[in-house]
Amino acid sequence: MAPSRDEVFSKVQDVLTDALGVDAEEVTPEATLQGDLGAESIDFLDIVFRLEKAFSIKIPKGELFPDDVMNNPEYVENNRITSTGLVRLKAMMPHADFSAFEKEPVVSKMPDLFTVKTIVNYVETKLKAA
Amino acid sequence: MRWIWIDGFVEFESGRRASAVKNVTLAEEHLHDHFPGFPVMPATLIIEGMAQTAGILVGESKGFSENVILAKIRQAEFSDYAVPGDQLRYDAQVESIDDRAAATTGTVSKNGKPMGRVDLIFSHVNQAEKVQDLPDHNFVFTDQFLTLLSNFRRRIGEESRAAHG
Repeated sequence: MAPSRDEVFSKVQDVLTDALGVDAEEVTPEATLQGDLGAESIDFLDIVFRLEKAFSIKIPKGELFPDDVMNNPEYVENNRITSTGLVRLKAMMPHADFSAFEKEPVVSKMPDLFTVKTIVNYVETKLKAA
Repeated sequence: MRWIWIDGFVEFESGRRASAVKNVTLAEEHLHDHFPGFPVMPATLIIEGMAQTAGILVGESKGFSENVILAKIRQAEFSDYAVPGDQLRYDAQVESIDDRAAATTGTVSKNGKPMGRVDLIFSHVNQAEKVQDLPDHNFVFTDQFLTLLSNFRRRIGEESRAAHG
């Protein structure tokens, strides 16, 4: 049986406290990995490795943290994600909440899409599919 | 002084685990400053010793085709220190590895007794990716590191020949 959302959250919380050296209280569902929890680029790989181990799942490159949108000129214009880019990004990240980002899809706000909840959603989907 | 913080491998299982030893000696210049009258191997260099053990393990698993860079110290804890005359042993295991990076776990022992734990993450800087300011050749796995592995293999070969007459 798939673990409950609370169980998934609790394990994700453990992963993030270990990977980022933050306190468990800081790891709230709405906390952003980069802005609130201070994650740097290599931490994302660390998080992926730890999630794979904690949940016995395989996370293909770019599935949890897509990186090809920002590097594709078709999807970025004047530091904003184009409408085509936004459609692509949403399709790639069904686990993220776009409601705030959609209003002002500037590249600098993209890290805010990666919240603790984004990871919990992703892991839940992954476990259900397993 | 050469930037080699392990003396030799004593075990090597490709893609899985490797063990190396390091004899701490007063011939090392820095020990006379760290600290005067009380030489202690700096913990940062113990981490470097593990990074070299685990880094060669990770690099070998990809045929040394990638530049393997220490990217993150996940954890480094020591319950003791090492002084000249001590032998350190680094036991490293690959925990995860893919085309982007690798995670390793490791224990450090002093004269046969556990004295620490060092868990690391290495990033692969692929030579095909034109990262700015990086040289074209493999700048991590230079001859001085590859010699460590060839020394180990030569010794294993000699031991095996001696055992089988």
